[in-house]
Amino acid sequence: MTPVLEIKDLKTYFKTPRGVAKAVDGVSFSIPKGGTFALVGESGCGKSMTALSVIQLVPEPAGYIAGGRVLLNGRDITGLTEREKRGIRGNNISMIFQEPMTSLNPVLTIGEQIIEAITLHQGKTRKEAREAAIEMLGRVRLPDPAALLFAYPHSLSGGMRQRVMIAIALSCRPDLLIADEPTTALDVTIQAQIIDLIDELKRETSTAVLLITHNMALVYTHAETVGVMYAGKIVELAPAKTLFRNPMHPYTVKLLRSIPGQEKRGLKLDTIPGVVPSATSYPVGCRFSGRCPREMEGCAVIEPPLVERVGGHSVACHLHDAEFMSGPYSRPLRHEPDALPPLIVPHGEREALLEVKGLKTHYPIRKGLFKRVAGHLKAVDGIDLTVKKGSTLALVGESGCGKTTAGKSIIQLIRPTEGRIIFKGADLTTLSEKGLKPFRSRMQIIFQDPYSSLNPRLTVKETIEEGIKALNPGLAKKAREEKIARTLDRVGLGPEAMLRYPHEFSGGQRQRVGIARALAVDPEFIVCDEAVSALDVSVQAQILNLLKSIQRDFGLSFLFITHDLGVVEYIADEVAVMYEGRIVEQGPTEEIFSNPKDAYTKRLLEAVPKIDASLLSAWRLPGDH
Amino acid sequence: MLTYIIRRILYAIPIVIGVNLLTAVLFFYVNTPDDMARKILGEKNVTATQVENWKRDHGYNLPVFFNGAEEGAAKISETIFFRKSLPLLWLDFGRSDRNNIDIGGEIKTRMFPSLAISLPIFTCALVLDLFLAMMLAYYRGTYLDIWGVVLAVVLMSVSTLFYIIGGQYLLGKVLKLFPISGFDTGIDSIKFLVLPVVIGVLSSLGVGVRFYRTVFLEEINRDYVRTARAKGLGEGAVLFKHALKNAMIPILTNVVVSIPFLFYGSLIMERFFAIPGLGSFTIDAIQAQDFAIVRSMVYLGSILYIIGLILTDISYTLVDPRVRFE
Ligand SMILES: Nc1ncnc2c1ncn2[C@@H]1O[C@H](COP(=O)(O)OP(=O)(O)OP(=O)(O)O)[C@@H](O)[C@H]1O
Ligand code: SF4
Ligand SMILES: [Mg+2]
Repeated sequence: MTPVLEIKDLKTYFKTPRGVAKAVDGVSFSIPKGGTFALVGESGCGKSMTALSVIQLVPEPAGYIAGGRVLLNGRDITGLTEREKRGIRGNNISMIFQEPMTSLNPVLTIGEQIIEAITLHQGKTRKEAREAAIEMLGRVRLPDPAALLFAYPHSLSGGMRQRVMIAIALSCRPDLLIADEPTTALDVTIQAQIIDLIDELKRETSTAVLLITHNMALVYTHAETVGVMYAGKIVELAPAKTLFRNPMHPYTVKLLRSIPGQEKRGLKLDTIPGVVPSATSYPVGCRFSGRCPREMEGCAVIEPPLVERVGGHSVACHLHDAEFMSGPYSRPLRHEPDALPPLIVPHGEREALLEVKGLKTHYPIRKGLFKRVAGHLKAVDGIDLTVKKGSTLALVGESGCGKTTAGKSIIQLIRPTEGRIIFKGADLTTLSEKGLKPFRSRMQIIFQDPYSSLNPRLTVKETIEEGIKALNPGLAKKAREEKIARTLDRVGLGPEAMLRYPHEFSGGQRQRVGIARALAVDPEFIVCDEAVSALDVSVQAQILNLLKSIQRDFGLSFLFITHDLGVVEYIADEVAVMYEGRIVEQGPTEEIFSNPKDAYTKRLLEAVPKIDASLLSAWRLPGDH
Repeated sequence: MLTYIIRRILYAIPIVIGVNLLTAVLFFYVNTPDDMARKILGEKNVTATQVENWKRDHGYNLPVFFNGAEEGAAKISETIFFRKSLPLLWLDFGRSDRNNIDIGGEIKTRMFPSLAISLPIFTCALVLDLFLAMMLAYYRGTYLDIWGVVLAVVLMSVSTLFYIIGGQYLLGKVLKLFPISGFDTGIDSIKFLVLPVVIGVLSSLGVGVRFYRTVFLEEINRDYVRTARAKGLGEGAVLFKHALKNAMIPILTNVVVSIPFLFYGSLIMERFFAIPGLGSFTIDAIQAQDFAIVRSMVYLGSILYIIGLILTDISYTLVDPRVRFE
């Protein structure tokens, strides 16, 4: 039977001032009817570009398909006219995107946006299309679909918008659905619902799915076949279960081992040194050479082809090529130890550093002609927490439950409405701004998006200096500069970083700057608000390692706000589960995860897709010769 | 919606009063009645008596804000502010200092010649700007776009005066297509209006096209446009249905605020084309040192600006469903 999608040696290039960027450079795979194919890999590997090439939406004029074929039901669609391609888009191939918040048109009604797609491809009248739209909205399980037709996107939550996107995408019963990070921007519980929904609709219509995600557990539970992409190429291709049981490419192994989780507690997470090479200048040989822990002498010059090694499992690495290994170029250049080094944070002194008692933060809601205060939004509604010295307390819960408000209220960035916050013997809520001053440097916060929290017009040095000057004005210029250099060094940035501006850094590096800024004023307590959520797994692993090591070295306490339960299991000593402004359950991490009592906690934990624990600790680098 | 408009208007009241006060302070402290009298009587050889007489004749012989010599309420009402400035609040502009004409009446009649050129300029320029900007955005990255932008930059770097004088010379004098300047009423006015309108549109074209092109390009790169394309919509539908509607939001904020000013006319254009509108009225008053008129026009300008802002806010709530009518 012909597969729904077959890509053969696809090449998508970009003209850039620095030369041709080979975003996709010879990718081949196929997806059968009703099958799910997952593409994984670090950011910038070319996953999205592969997807856009399939739907023939490569950003013009810079980008173009330089070679290869895209066969849809056996027909090559690369050579079609723009008009013919439009007939395929949204009809035979649909796509949903990562950002449900911005992917819908804000000034058109939901109804209009679905009906538009239906009338375009199905020759239905508006009336029929409206019926079809209502049916579709019902099928993605949105409440009251008929009323929803007249709603605008802004009145819907992220999860609802993503459902609308799915409804639009599936309204014409496409042969192929491309889902580019469909759940990344959503809450854990919503993530599971969305992916289950895609699965279910897929079964009904036997649509083939191309799933792009960085969530490995999702791949494990929902995909049949996986392609691991690196620097524009697929380096490993296998049935999902096979790949997770026996990853063969060093890159895949490293990627999998950087996933945080319970079984890695007390160990350093694996990280991949360096960054994905720029698409304009790949190494000649194996593109992973330079970062590979098993690199051999010939790797940098001889390119390994993607070859099927065992039943349906292909890999592009010389280590699995007996001929190469017996040849003259197989002498190891680098041989990192396979086992992960321990990174144990000694149990802190078990005394409380910070105690939160009955904390409430309410936001006024204003209404009417004179904006009277008509009520209060109870963002945080009476929570008790204890953060112990040198340990990590995780605060988890879905978006909108008040986590960030709680974090900000605790360090007095927002003055709470009620309650007490005892920090080092003083009740912070009773202090004036002046009285708080000595405590300000003791408590710091790191945000999710380091880009928006760093002033783009200040160099890294100025950013850090600003904090030191404000909170430790007594420090002399020379001492200050030394301190900045030392802090940057501690977070793994060289002194040359000092004079650079935020936009010159990658996401991970920017987060390091954010950490350096917090660290520079010698805090004892840091609130990490989704501090690693926006990062690639491998970069996330680096940052988590960094946070743990500074905790060990400086005896810091963290309040770790996150929705990623894997991170919590890995890093937190204790967990507090928050729901609608209140803490529903609290206790040592292991206890909560193994034996949740509260109904909401149970729901939360069940929603998270998981990789079999037996596999997690079994991944080994190939070629231990 | 209605509550929203009412609240906006209520909010505007203190602002209008503030503007009124500020205009008074600016005019009567920076430029005291004595100065005014002297300037109008012709700086040289003016005697103190002449100044006093003039002030008495024109009602400037009172204290500015507070009259200690009077009793009770008259302490406030027998002042220049109360008599001359406060009535501006209810648009009573009084009489001019020099020729004793009724300023309010004059504004009413001169408004129409002003509108006769500013309204066509405004609409033609807007339509043309949007059309050309959308063309450039449609053909973004091609030579048409690149040269379009270059041309826009050239157009915007040339001074308005050049367009006026050049236009008058070329179209009026050399080609004799239109009269160089002047004005008439009724249907005859058209032949006088074409030249200023063409020049007005041309001189603002560069700035407009470039601004709107940027707005469109910004919208074209948004996620929802990608979604629209992924649905299989053609480029035309993507631009006109999806991008244009969103682009209207920044465009409206830019455009609506200037609508009330259409009444106000244009100082330079009216001057050069001898159009008896409010623009030339203001210029003439400045040259004649007629402070009553200048004060009225400055105040009127501020009021029109405030109205423009309110209109902008209201139009905002009309095009952007995210802005609630509250
Ligand atoms: N418009 C463009 N011009 C030039 N190069 C581009 C352009 N868009 C993408 N690229 C390059 O193409 C490569 C692949 O990008 P792509 O967006 O496909 O990555 P990705 O794997 O989807 O990453 P992520 O996980 O961050 O979404 C990158 O090296 C990127 O720099
Ligand atoms: S061992 Fe060589 S061929 Fe294999 S991934 Fe490493 S560098 Fe590439
Ligand atoms: Mg991507």
